[in-house]
Amino acid sequence: MLELKNISKTFNPGTVNAKLALNGLDLKLNDGDFVTVIGGNGAGKSTMLNAIAGVWKPDAGQIIIDGTDVTPMPEYKRAAFLGRVFQDPMMGTAANMWLEENLALAQRRGKRRTLRWAITNKEREQYREMLKTLDLGLEDRLTTRVGLLSGGQRQAVTLLMATMNRPKLLLLDEHTAALDPKTAAKVLELTDKLINEEKLTALMITHNMKDAIAHGNRLIMMNAGRIIFDVSGEEKKNLTVDMLLEQFSKASGQEFANDRALLN
Amino acid sequence: MSFLNALPGAIAQGIIWGLMAIGVYITYKLLDMADLTVDGSITTGAAVCAMLVIAGVNVWVAMLVAMVAGMLTGLLTGLFHTFMGIPPILAGILTQLILWSVNLKIMDSKANQGLSARTYDVLVTQLERGKSILLLLAVVGVIIALLYWFFGTEIGCGVRATGCNLQMSHAQGINTSFNKILGLVLSNGIVALSGALLAQYQGFADINMGRGAIVIGLAAVIIGDAIFGKITSNFALKLLAVIAGGVIYYIVYQLVIWLGLDTDLLKMLSALVVAVFLAVPYWKAKYFARPKKKEAK
Repeated sequence: MLELKNISKTFNPGTVNAKLALNGLDLKLNDGDFVTVIGGNGAGKSTMLNAIAGVWKPDAGQIIIDGTDVTPMPEYKRAAFLGRVFQDPMMGTAANMWLEENLALAQRRGKRRTLRWAITNKEREQYREMLKTLDLGLEDRLTTRVGLLSGGQRQAVTLLMATMNRPKLLLLDEHTAALDPKTAAKVLELTDKLINEEKLTALMITHNMKDAIAHGNRLIMMNAGRIIFDVSGEEKKNLTVDMLLEQFSKASGQEFANDRALLN
Repeated sequence: MSFLNALPGAIAQGIIWGLMAIGVYITYKLLDMADLTVDGSITTGAAVCAMLVIAGVNVWVAMLVAMVAGMLTGLLTGLFHTFMGIPPILAGILTQLILWSVNLKIMDSKANQGLSARTYDVLVTQLERGKSILLLLAVVGVIIALLYWFFGTEIGCGVRATGCNLQMSHAQGINTSFNKILGLVLSNGIVALSGALLAQYQGFADINMGRGAIVIGLAAVIIGDAIFGKITSNFALKLLAVIAGGVIYYIVYQLVIWLGLDTDLLKMLSALVVAVFLAVPYWKAKYFARPKKKEAK
């Protein structure tokens, strides 16, 4: 479904701040893989997701999504293949626009936008049903400005938007990190549900080791712009946080360091 | 001249500048960029309309061509910004300066071109204020209806999303560069149309008529929002509020002239009033903000 071939990216090249963020990264995801991504500070986790999303072009390498080489495509064109949820709940929605307008924008992702009316009545009904499943009381607030919703509500809506039209790949960049623990758990539960229902292929960055173990069918650990540990199936299910930390120091030769990492 | 006598004139001018302010509303409120092209494009609209009517072209055709000319000025600013990576304010200033030369050339290298309603067949004129106001209201009604429709379409929603959240727009597959250009084209088309109407109404096109137009436009947007913003969230009514803002601006303008204020100071006072109004949301947030419930990390 996704193939990253030898991706490299250096930020601020030729300056004292030069930073090799991705270093010959290779990754292949199978259809239906739900991969959790962990790693220390500056390991290249978000950089990898941004490379896939096309926020900038990599210095070297190739990105192939579902057989299409998307490397030269601008970000807005790649969006046709992707669903994205960001760490900042404010990032994923347009605050000044209505809830139903946000959903309608997402529904037209990857399609030609025309001079037809932006939302049909049929879609409105559909949105109401979808929002009902969130159980956040949003089904009666279709014409509320999204900016008036709470962070958790906005992140749930962003998740719904990201999974509309069944994207080839779902990119979750620490999407629960800015939420309080209770809301985070709820959003994570919703993530699981949507991915399972639609059998989506997904990459989820998390700073919570336990979550990384508990969710998905595969786990990758990154360090210095590469994948240093890749485990799936039964082996992943039997992982513990201690095993992960041990694996990290073995593969990288250093202690695991992440300002936000939750180890227990 | 008594204040009451000046009132119809203030209303007519207010509607014309209100229309111009709708153009400003599109860039300033919807696209979240201050577009200074308007100081030039309003004159471009006036110049094109005046020269065409003087040359014997039908006034409706002249206004249409003026509008297209305005759209091209917006296209130029849009390309400066998206294709050449120039910050929007600077892009607008560059176009504005380019238009100074272009407008002079359009006006046959004269700083002023007369378009008297006594000589030429024009649509609106200060010689017939009542009729002019009705016609202006009709034009404004059509423009607002068209904009209401456009910003409710898939493309129009994309433009609004672009102004609201760039990152989200990219993630949802919206071509934000195209949308910024589209917004600037629309905006300056409307501004040029108001310039064409202004030239007819006042009976001339002048190379300096656009100086400070952005400030008057912002004033109309702010006044409209301050008075009617709380009442409605309907888009068409918000645009109508901008027109009302323009009218109120010109009534106050006439009032202070009638009260004997030195007219040399008017531009300075307009700018200061706009500055204070722009500062209000900032001051509110800085000094009067209630502590927001913090989100747990």
